[in-house]
Amino acid sequence: MAAAVLVVVALAGLLVGSVALPPMEVIKAIADRLPLVTVEHALSEIETRLLFELRMPRVVIGGLVGAVLAVAGAGYQGVFRNPLADPYLLGVAAGAGLGATAVIGLGAGSAAIPLVAFVGGIAAVGATYALSRTVGGRTTTTLILAGVAVAAFATAFQTFLLQRNYETLREVYSWILGRLVTVGWSEVWTLVPYAVAAATVLVLMRRLLDVLGLGDEEAAGLGVDVMRVRRLVVLAATLATAAAVSVSGLIAFVGIIVPHTIRLLTGWSYRVIIPLSLVYGASFLILADLGARTVVAPGELPIGVVTAFLGAPFFLLVLRSMRGSS
Amino acid sequence: MISWREVVVSFDGVTVVGPVTLTVGDGEWVGLIGPNGAGKSTLLKAAVGIVAHQGSIDLGGRERRAGVDIAWMPQRPLLPDEMTVVNYVLLGRTPHLGYLGSERSHDLASVGRAIERLALVELSDRPLSTLSGGEAQRAVLARALAQEAPVLLLDEPTSSLDIGHALEVLEILDELRGLEALTVVTALHDLTLAGRFADRLVLLDKGKVVSDGSASEVLTEDNLIPSYGAGIRVVTNGDGPTVIPTRRQSDRSSPPTD
Repeated sequence: MAAAVLVVVALAGLLVGSVALPPMEVIKAIADRLPLVTVEHALSEIETRLLFELRMPRVVIGGLVGAVLAVAGAGYQGVFRNPLADPYLLGVAAGAGLGATAVIGLGAGSAAIPLVAFVGGIAAVGATYALSRTVGGRTTTTLILAGVAVAAFATAFQTFLLQRNYETLREVYSWILGRLVTVGWSEVWTLVPYAVAAATVLVLMRRLLDVLGLGDEEAAGLGVDVMRVRRLVVLAATLATAAAVSVSGLIAFVGIIVPHTIRLLTGWSYRVIIPLSLVYGASFLILADLGARTVVAPGELPIGVVTAFLGAPFFLLVLRSMRGSS
Repeated sequence: MISWREVVVSFDGVTVVGPVTLTVGDGEWVGLIGPNGAGKSTLLKAAVGIVAHQGSIDLGGRERRAGVDIAWMPQRPLLPDEMTVVNYVLLGRTPHLGYLGSERSHDLASVGRAIERLALVELSDRPLSTLSGGEAQRAVLARALAQEAPVLLLDEPTSSLDIGHALEVLEILDELRGLEALTVVTALHDLTLAGRFADRLVLLDKGKVVSDGSASEVLTEDNLIPSYGAGIRVVTNGDGPTVIPTRRQSDRSSPPTD
């Protein structure tokens, strides 16, 4: 079911745009590209290039970014035992953004962006966690407030860097708002190794995330090295976030909307939430991107604006339901 | 069996428990009793390996493995609201799976057995948040049982239950102990209940063992009053000793005025 949703959404992402492509011909053209298969199709040379060099990498990158942001959100929610933990709210995205801005501002090669973004993200999530612990235990409120403080600091520092390097201002600004405009397949290949590594770790850890739900002491009583699991999951989720941020900028709320909806529909277990977050996260962002490029066509909205439009009210709903249950 | 030998637990250089030496034999049920802060929970947590300690804790000379040899039920277990009973009980298999393993058929079989033993079959697909206090306690016991550890350490297993459900849980525990040949150590606040069910009581006070023996040996006014303060009477009848709280004379003679 989840896979079917993804296929349909991805196909829609390929077909819809400034030039509408005929569905059957697109399917034939894709089949033609498969190894050992030859299928005649009626797409023109330009339509074929549009399909394979613009739309398809964009759909693939949307899917990858959505998948890793959603699964990173689910991972953070598991280790922090907090349904509002999200790459954006924990300051991870801002930290990664600061790292990426530093790289762009200093004019270093773009290959360094994911790694430096990762360092920024790890520093931010570490700071958020440490701050919330020292301020007052581990309630939802302190964690989110600490995340807000860390994100504000990282953003301020980022702005400072931008002021100092205003010639890159435009480039960085469009990137901050979140965008999936690509120059072809190169960004896909930048993202793939990080996405695969992070998703693999999180999928393997899904059962242990359920165990962490029992609290640190009980998890330890069941023979689990809690600190080790927590560190691994945070590293993987942060790596995923940093890789996503470095190609697509700051796209908020995917990490809350997707895992939380799955949780509402299927129940609590991370065995289900983690794998489904990958698939539905991909579908969600491809769909959001479709919205971003059709709502004000021929213009285009930054995708971060679309997800925030949907995500902010959703966040309030989650907050309300949490208050209701506590 | 499980033995604590010269066990000392300190927090920030202050000794809170010990030295305690205590052995619980195979199939024996020992009830740890004592006032708040006596060190009952701490001794159990030290055995589980979540509180650092000096001295040794072993299973008759054999080293203990977290989760595999000892199942522990904390005083206030965290129950993830939306998790179903069966998924919750399944977590009891964690110690046997390793980090990356997944459940095999025999793991599912032991989960099924634990659910059956605690009469949770009908409830197995219900979220934990929909269970009553007694049902939730049974779910926690089922999770501990699914660990299939020979030693079961229970910290106040009846603290949130009314007397009827408390008796029910303790009866189930006693039955399981017989069926599975478990070694059971419980920390219990209710002295009378502890005396009814445990083979042996160990009275702790300020981190040390004050008295150790059968219910009629331990539950005496001479033993209890120094630890708990005055206001305790012990009456013995056919069922064994019953501990009765009494009020001070002055409280009884002066009715509240406000």
